[in-house]
Amino acid sequence: MRTVADYSSFLRSVADGRFNLELAVEGISSADAIAEIESALASIPGLTHARLNFTTRRLTTEWIRADCDPSPAIRTLERLGYRVAPFMGDAAENEEDRYTRWLLRCLAVSGFAAVNVMLLSVSVWAGNVTDITPETRDLFHWLSALIALPAAGFSGQPFFYKALRALRQGDMTMDVPISIGITLALGMSVFETAHHAEHAYFDSALMLIFFLHLGRVLDHAMRKRTRSAAANLAALRIPVASKINAEGYVSEVPSDVLVAGDLILVAAGSRIAADGVVETGQSRIDASLMTGETELAVVKSGDLVHAGTLNQHGALTIRVTAAGSRTLLSDIEKLIDEALTSRSRYVQLADQIARIYAPIVHIAAALTAMMWITLGSSVHDALVVAIAVLIITCPCALALAAPVVQVLTAGALFQKGMIIRSGDMIERMAEIDTIIFDKTGTLTLPEPSLIDASQLSNDALLIAGRLALSSHHPLARAVSEAVREKRNRLEPYPDAQEITGSGIRCIIDGVEARLGSQSFCNVTVPVWNGSSSYLAFRHGSEAGLISVGQSLRPDAVETIKRLKANGYQVMILSGDHSDIVRKVASELGIPDWRGHVLPKGKRDLLMVMKEQGHKVLMVGDGLNDAPALAAATASLSPATGADVTQAAADAIFTGKRLSPVFDMLMLTRKGKRVMIENFGLALIYNLIAVPLAVLGYVTPLIAAAAMSGSSVIVALNALRARRAETFNS
Amino acid sequence: MTILLYLVPAALGLGLLALAAFMWSLRSGQYDDLDGAAHRILNDDDVRVD
Repeated sequence: MRTVADYSSFLRSVADGRFNLELAVEGISSADAIAEIESALASIPGLTHARLNFTTRRLTTEWIRADCDPSPAIRTLERLGYRVAPFMGDAAENEEDRYTRWLLRCLAVSGFAAVNVMLLSVSVWAGNVTDITPETRDLFHWLSALIALPAAGFSGQPFFYKALRALRQGDMTMDVPISIGITLALGMSVFETAHHAEHAYFDSALMLIFFLHLGRVLDHAMRKRTRSAAANLAALRIPVASKINAEGYVSEVPSDVLVAGDLILVAAGSRIAADGVVETGQSRIDASLMTGETELAVVKSGDLVHAGTLNQHGALTIRVTAAGSRTLLSDIEKLIDEALTSRSRYVQLADQIARIYAPIVHIAAALTAMMWITLGSSVHDALVVAIAVLIITCPCALALAAPVVQVLTAGALFQKGMIIRSGDMIERMAEIDTIIFDKTGTLTLPEPSLIDASQLSNDALLIAGRLALSSHHPLARAVSEAVREKRNRLEPYPDAQEITGSGIRCIIDGVEARLGSQSFCNVTVPVWNGSSSYLAFRHGSEAGLISVGQSLRPDAVETIKRLKANGYQVMILSGDHSDIVRKVASELGIPDWRGHVLPKGKRDLLMVMKEQGHKVLMVGDGLNDAPALAAATASLSPATGADVTQAAADAIFTGKRLSPVFDMLMLTRKGKRVMIENFGLALIYNLIAVPLAVLGYVTPLIAAAAMSGSSVIVALNALRARRAETFNS
Repeated sequence: MTILLYLVPAALGLGLLALAAFMWSLRSGQYDDLDGAAHRILNDDDVRVD
C-alpha cells in the first residue's frame, strides 16, 4: 500500500480558471513569518500566488490547475516549524465580515456628513452671536438638511432595522430610543428650518450616529480577531482523515466528507476521525477526551471505536459506520440543547437598563410638553422643548458604556491566550462564585507527559529525547518535550528511522539505539497498571523504561490556591475512577470531589447547585463535559477540547497553564465593575442634562458638547478595564 | 457673501472625494489585514541590490 498525503480535494475553483486553497497556519510568532513563508513558497510548482494574512493567520494560495498537488507546499511550511491545516471557510465568519464592512461604510458616511454639517453649524453659532443675516442662516440650515437627511437615512439603517426587529418582538433595546431620538432630531430640524428658526439639530443627530458606529466597529474588529483564532484552532485539530480508496492509495480528505462504508487508516498517535469498526490492526485507545477515563481500552479487529479518541499504539484500518461521530454525539447534543435554553434567558445589563430607561425618558418628554402648555406657552414651543429633552437623552453614552468595556476586556483576554465567543459572557463570568473542574485534560495536561525516567542515565535520556523528535507519536512527543525543557536546543538525528507500530532506531557512535515498544527494544515489561504507558529504550548494554502518563498542569496547585484565596468555591467532577480523582484532589487541596460521574450526572449536579443560588463556572474539555458546560452560568474549555465541547463553552484558553482560568475571572470581574461605573457616569450626565432640557435651556451647541463629552468620558473610563490583578502581576 | 458660492461647494467636494477614496480602499480589501500591512512595509525583498 502506497501512502501519499494528497490535499488536492481541498482546492476550490475561483475566477479566471484558477484554484484556491486556504490554509490556517499556527506557530507564527513574529512578522518575519510573512516574508519567510511567502518566499519559501515562491518555487513550488503550480503555485502562482501566496499571501499570508497576518491578522487572521491564514495563508491564501492560488494554483493554476485543479490537479496540482499542494502537499509540497504544506511540507515546506512544516519544515519551517509551522503547523498547517486546510481551512474550509466559515459561513458565519463571512456573514460577519460583510456586516463589518457595511458598518464601516455607515461610519464613513456619518463621519463625512457630521464634519461637513458641523462646519456649517459652527458658522451659524458664531453668526448668531454676531451679525449673521436670517437669509444666510436659512441657507446654511437647508444645506445641512441636504447633507444630513440622506446621510442619516443611509448610516442610521443598522439602528433602524434592529429597533424595528426589537419592537416587532415586543422587546426593548437601546436601538429603540436611539432611532426615535435620531428621527425626531432630524424631523424637528427640518420643520424649524422651514419656519426660519434660530436652532437646528442636524449636527447632533449625525454625531450621535458617528459615535455609536465607532463603538460597534471596534467591537466587530475585536470579534473578528477572536473568531478567526477560534476557527483556526478548529481547523488544526482534526484536520483530515486518511481515506484508503479502491486502488489502495491513501489520500487526505476533509473528515466531514467521509460516509459510512469508507475505509480509513489511523496511524499510531493520531485521533480517529469517524465512528467505525476496526478491520485490521490492534491497539490501545485513549478515550479520555470523550469519557474522562484515563485507562486505555484495548481494541482489535471487530471492535467499535469512536471519533475523537486517540489511537495510542499500532496502526488501525477502520470501516466507517457513521461520519463525524453521530452515534455517541446524539445523546450528548440533546442534553446540550436542553441546557442552553436556560442560558438564553440571561438579560444583559444594557438591555435591562434600556427596558427602564426608554419609557422614563419618553414620559419625561411628554410631561415637559404638558408642563409648558399649562404654563401658557404655545404648543409649538412646548413641543420643541419636549423634543430637545428626547435629543439630549438619546442614549449615546449609555449605548457605548458596555460595548467599549467588552472590546477592551476581550482584547486583554486575547493577549493572555483566551478566546471569548461573545461579549455578554463577560457579565456572566463576573458573577461566578463556584468553579467546577473536570480532571482529565483540564486540571491535567491534555497530552501525556514524562512521569518517570529514573531507569536511564542523563546521557541515555538525551539520546532518547533526540530519537523521539523523529516521531509524531504522543508518547515520543512527551519524551522529547521533557528533554527539551532541560536543554534549550534539541536536534533530531538526521538518519533516524521510524518503524510504524514499533519505534525509532538510529546508529549512534557505531551502536544501534532504539526507542519504542518493549519488544522492539527487548526490555522486560512490569505488570501494566492500566493508566500510564511505557516507552522502552536501548543503546548497546544500557536499557530501561520511561513511564509516560497524565500529569497536572504546571501551575495547577498555585492557581487553585489563588482561586480559593479569592473566595471561590472549587470542586472536581470527573468521569474517571474515584481512586485517581482522589489522588489529584488531595494533591491540589480540593476537599470537594466526585469520581465516576456520567455526563448527565455532571449536568444534573450543576443544575442543583444553580437552583441553590450558586453561580457556577464549569471548566472542562471532554465530550462528557459538554452538557454541563452548556448548563453552567459560564463555561471555559481548553483549546485541546473536543469540538462539541468547545462549541458549548463561552471561552477557550490556550497553552499548558491553568492560570488563564484565574485571569479570566479577575479580568471579567474588573470589566463588569467598570461597566457599572460607565452606566453610572451616563446616568450622572442625564441628571445634569435633563433638567436643563426640561427648562428649555438646551441649544444645539450645548447638546453637541454634552453628548460628545459624555461619550468620550465613558470611553476613557473603559480603558481602566484592562488593569486587573492577574496571575503574573 | 458671493464667496460662499465657491467655498461651500469646494468644502463639500473635498469631503466627498475623501469619502469616495475611503469606499474604494474598503472595497479593494485594504482593511482586511491591518497588522500585516504594518509589517509588510518593512520587508524590502522587492528592492534589488546590484
